Order: sequence, then C-alpha cells, then structure tokens
Amino acid sequence: MTDQKEMEESQHHIVSPVVYIIIGGALLVLTGVTVGASYLELKIFNPIVAIAIACIKAVLVVLFFMHVKYSSKLTKLTVFCGLFTFFALIGMTLSDYFTRAWGRW
Amino acid sequence: MSDSTAIAHAAPDDPHAGGHEAHPAYLRHHFENVEQQADAAGFAMWLFLLTEVMFFGGLFTAYLIYRNWYYPAFVAGSHQLNIFWGTLNTAVLITSSFTMAMGVWCAETRKKSGLVLCLVLTFILGLGFLGIKTVEYKEKIEKHHVPGFHYSLNSFLNPDSDAEAKAAGDKPLAPDMAEHTEVYFSLYFAMTGMHALHMIIGIAILGYMIFRARAGAYTSGHVTFVENFGLYWHFVDIIWIFLFPLLYLISRHPN
Repeated sequence: MTDQKEMEESQHHIVSPVVYIIIGGALLVLTGVTVGASYLELKIFNPIVAIAIACIKAVLVVLFFMHVKYSSKLTKLTVFCGLFTFFALIGMTLSDYFTRAWGRW
Repeated sequence: MSDSTAIAHAAPDDPHAGGHEAHPAYLRHHFENVEQQADAAGFAMWLFLLTEVMFFGGLFTAYLIYRNWYYPAFVAGSHQLNIFWGTLNTAVLITSSFTMAMGVWCAETRKKSGLVLCLVLTFILGLGFLGIKTVEYKEKIEKHHVPGFHYSLNSFLNPDSDAEAKAAGDKPLAPDMAEHTEVYFSLYFAMTGMHALHMIIGIAILGYMIFRARAGAYTSGHVTFVENFGLYWHFVDIIWIFLFPLLYLISRHPN
C-alpha cells in the first residue's frame, strides 16, 4: 500500500484543497477590487488597472487551478511558448494598427 | 510483445503482483506506463487550449483595434451593459472553477460522492451563468441592440431617452459614430456568444461525466478525463476573466 502511494506521489502531485480555497477566495476578492477600481476616476490608469488585475487572476488560475506550477517542464514550456507566440502576434498587429496615422496630421 | 508477457505474468486478482510491470486496465498498450500516458494526454490538452487561445485572441485583437478606431461608440455601447449582472456572473464562474478544481481533487483522492457533488455544483453554476447571460441578452433584444435589420440607434442619438445612457451621463453621438455602436455589439455578441457556446459544450460534457462518476469511473485511479476537462473549464473561466473588464469595466471613465 505504501509502495503504491509512493508511486502515485512521484507521478502526480495532488494539489491540496487549502490551496484551492485560498486561490478561489483571492479570485473573488480581485473581482471585487477590479469592479471597485472601475468606479474610481483614474484617467488612463482605469483600463491599465483592470487589465493588470485580469492578468493576475488569469495567472492564478493557470498556476494553481490548472496545476501548471506543479506540472512537468514540458507542460510549462508548452504554456510559455503558446503565450509568447500569442503576445508576439497580438503585439505586432496592434503596434501596426495603432501607429498607422502617426505623422499624418 | 513484452507488454503481453507482463500482463500474462501478473495475477488477475492482484494488479500489483508484477510490481512495476503491473498493468492497470486503463493503460493503453502504446504507452510505457501510466505516467507517460497522463503526460501525453495533458500535453495534447494544452496544445488544444493554445489553439483556443489563438481563436479567442483574434476576437480580442479585433475588439482592441475597433475600440481604438471608434472609441466614443465603444464607450457608449459599453455603458449599455449592466455591471451588477457582469460582476455576479464573474463570481458564479469563478465559484464553478473552484468546485471543478475540488472535483479534480476528489477524483485524485478517490472520493466518489465528493466528486459527484462537485460535478453537480459545477453543472448548476454553469447553468446559472448561462441564465444570467440570458437575462442580459433579453435586455439587448428588447432595446434593439442586436446588430441587424432591427438595430436601433436611439440610445446613442438621444441618450436622455435611455435609462442606462442617461445614468452614465452620455452625450449624443454624431450619426456616423452612433452607427459604429453596431460594431461594438457585433463584437459583444461574437465574444460572449462564443464563450457561451464553450460553456454549453462544457455543461454537456459535465452531464456525461456526472453519470460516469456515479458509476465510479473516475475514482479508481484513472483521473485523466476529469483533469483535462478541468483544464478546459478553467480555460473558459480565464476567457471570461478578460471579457469582463474589456466589455464592462474599462469604458466607465472615458476621459
């Protein structure tokens, strides 16, 4: 029985419910914070704060709910490469569109 | 060949008789061991999710580009959304992600009734999300804010006649800019609609999983299906985590 348990532990990290409760609570609190911040007059920082909080929430979900923190290097690399490609594509597209009118007025 | 020898040598009533050569029924023959099989399934699931990231990424990019071009129209369109329903839906979806994560834990620790309970809760919360979305869609339909032949510019040309626009202090838009609110609502329905479709597919799979879980399918050591469905469900949650601020929140203080 202990053999079997040890084998399972080495293959597969089981994330404890305490972690899930903390992360779930943090996500709900951050939701409240982002809604509260949207009612404040922060000028240009309104969208920046909202997107920053959304990114923090997404990272919490990916690392803990989706177990990437406890996953194999292959999984970590896969997630990183995918997001890197995504940001390269969206970054190049947006920098093109947002700068087309520069110098034309 | 070595695989079949390993099975033949293991006593059928004791799966661990062969030590490390033991072969659980759910281990496919083209994998070396359970760990490799689970890694391959998880890797494939992540590759699928990355294609989904690219798909939704296209919608997000379109939204950002058009918001940059038709900024006043997007601000006025965003003021039509109800922050209360949006916040409630975010809380419902995050809670459903939490119950799904607990479901994965129950499967890993072989708690059958706990797993069924978590899956049922996730199922109900998913339906709750869609119910709230229906309330919001209904309001858009009633106010003729669905893009198409019956689209009405009234809320944007005469903001004082519209409760939401008046509350947000909207000024009347020029007619050509007001027409671009239709672009906002096209993207609103495309993004929340694709998200809702993912929810509907997820809820259907959850229904199937509840039946299988009641039969004990996921609580005998083989948790790959529950785990990878969890990845899908959390991914859908992440999409909403970004949709909520982009559609509802960031246009509240346009100046």
